[in-house]
Amino acid sequence: MSAQLVQFLLSGLTVGAIYALVALGFAIIYNASHVINFAQGEFVMIGGMAAASFVEAGLPLPLAALLAVGGAMLVGLALEKLAVEPARGAPVVTLIIITIGASILLRGLASLVWDKKIHALPAFSGETPLKLGGATLLPQTLWVLGATVLTVALLWWFFNRTLTGKAILAVSHNQLAAQLMGISVRRVLLVSFGLSAALGALAGVLIAPISFTSWDIGVMLGLKGFAAAILGGMGSGPGAIAGGLALGLIESLGAGYVSSAYKDVFAFVIILAALIFLPDGLAGRRRATERV
Amino acid sequence: MLFRNLLAAAALAFACSAPAQEPIRIGAFLSVTGPAAFLGDPEQKTLEMYIEKLNAGGGVLGRKLQLIAYDSAGDAEKARAFVKRLIEQDNVDLIVGGSTTGETMAVVPLVEQAQIPFISLAGAVVIVEPVRKWVFKTPHSDRQACERIFVDMKGRGTTKIALITGPGGFDKSMRAQCIGVAKNYGIEILADESYGAGDTDMTAQLSKIKGTNGVQAVLNCGFGQGPAIVTKNYRQISIGFPLYQSHGVASKGYIQLAGGAADGVRLPAAALLVAETLPDSDPQKKVVLGYKREYESRYKSDVSTFGGHAYDGLMIAVEALTRAGVTDKAVVRDAIESVRAFMGTAGVFNYSPTDHVGLDVSGFRMLEIRKGDWTLAK
Repeated sequence: MSAQLVQFLLSGLTVGAIYALVALGFAIIYNASHVINFAQGEFVMIGGMAAASFVEAGLPLPLAALLAVGGAMLVGLALEKLAVEPARGAPVVTLIIITIGASILLRGLASLVWDKKIHALPAFSGETPLKLGGATLLPQTLWVLGATVLTVALLWWFFNRTLTGKAILAVSHNQLAAQLMGISVRRVLLVSFGLSAALGALAGVLIAPISFTSWDIGVMLGLKGFAAAILGGMGSGPGAIAGGLALGLIESLGAGYVSSAYKDVFAFVIILAALIFLPDGLAGRRRATERV
Repeated sequence: MLFRNLLAAAALAFACSAPAQEPIRIGAFLSVTGPAAFLGDPEQKTLEMYIEKLNAGGGVLGRKLQLIAYDSAGDAEKARAFVKRLIEQDNVDLIVGGSTTGETMAVVPLVEQAQIPFISLAGAVVIVEPVRKWVFKTPHSDRQACERIFVDMKGRGTTKIALITGPGGFDKSMRAQCIGVAKNYGIEILADESYGAGDTDMTAQLSKIKGTNGVQAVLNCGFGQGPAIVTKNYRQISIGFPLYQSHGVASKGYIQLAGGAADGVRLPAAALLVAETLPDSDPQKKVVLGYKREYESRYKSDVSTFGGHAYDGLMIAVEALTRAGVTDKAVVRDAIESVRAFMGTAGVFNYSPTDHVGLDVSGFRMLEIRKGDWTLAK
């Protein structure tokens, strides 16, 4: 393997891991409510911006990161409580439009609460690049990949080994049946928004030392995360991860071997192709059979 | 009787010294908020500060100056609406403004039609090419940046380079200008990469450049966060040859974002950034140091070349008004066009009927970032 290829793969995996975290956030809310939460990218922005401002205010980095993720989670809960829950029973499309409105509101608020400048977060463990097979990677990349793996493991444990997690899964399979079994759909929805917000914010904190953060960073990351979720199959956890990594790799290999001018084009063409030929995504579930 | 005469005389004297005349109205539209706020914010602060100073010193032509400024937020549509208002409702005597090329180009037809002198603060060469009767500008053009960089490259024996370009209007315009003038300087462009808005990682593009045989230097056409990421990635994959940036990154924000990775980056920029280190013999030193000190003591923030463009625009307007002796728009326009050997923060302005930028490349200094600060490149 040439050093160049290794570099492309590393770069793709790093970005892909972030897309995967954002896509997981989409998947969790989609499962609980069939709503595509277009404010998902804004959670990424809030995580990064809050962490950066806490660090600038003098807090140690781990505490700043923790507070940022916690703060974003509160925003997620508030979003569900104040905007989504009052509209319960409305068609899914209405709820989706509400999340679009929320994303615009959050962006506006962020530009007022913070500012419109670009902020940097210090890398978690230095910036000396590590050598790997002729290519180089930043220690932050290992943090991104490690944290993603850990998060996925935790999520698996949560959904398969805890009652709340199982309740969310039950609601995603059949809301009515779950409700009849005594599961509070409202609580499930609340938990899923909080969880998604925390995931998004985590992605935001992890990527901020690599790519910087600003009030409008959520738009593109949200869109890429959405694309990854679609590619993987909306609502599927493993699909979201596979979709995110695939998207990151496609972008970086495309930019490296073909042309960087078409980097975003590759990504979105693949999504279109997936929607046409594989409408249920890589981890496609046969919806027709499942919902019977 | 004597008393009454005295009173009358006093009244007469008072009437004469009172400012019976209307103020001279200077209109401005600047991107004070929005994505180009890093341009518009120092520009507005500069205009406010110097108009206050000029008024404290008695104004221009014995009349006070009045600034009427609107925030066009980087939006060409808003810029058009505000310029219409400046012309039709506020009856301004001249306009200084237009932080971005897009906003400037959107209002050019309006000022041409209304026949009002307009000094733009934006970069691209399209603003003054072809020359428009009423439109002038103060920053160096993107083409001049390319030329200055290529001169520096040749001086260091570099003839084969790679380009990496951002998504903005300025970025693309500069790329096109650089490709256009490259062969005049014997520069060959071996790789031509780009990145998109909101991209988080450019190592793929840079690895490709690194792997291209014969490349001796890389030029990044862009401003905003893109160049800072490019700079960090550039060091991460340890590319050995020099990295050049445009004057679009000439603010401290870039160095803060890129951190240590910015060390060694070369870029063309106005002398303003290195005001203190200029030799005393440098004819620009007095002007740039004066502006830098005024700005930094008033606003407690680092000076940027963008505020300097507003200083140049305002001072050229004042110079033209003084020469014209009236505020008649056509006379003032002719006076701007005949401004010669005027020392501004960007260099010496020599406007002419065929040149509405007025600057030559000599006002551009080649800077190198060392230990987190600007230094004059050797």
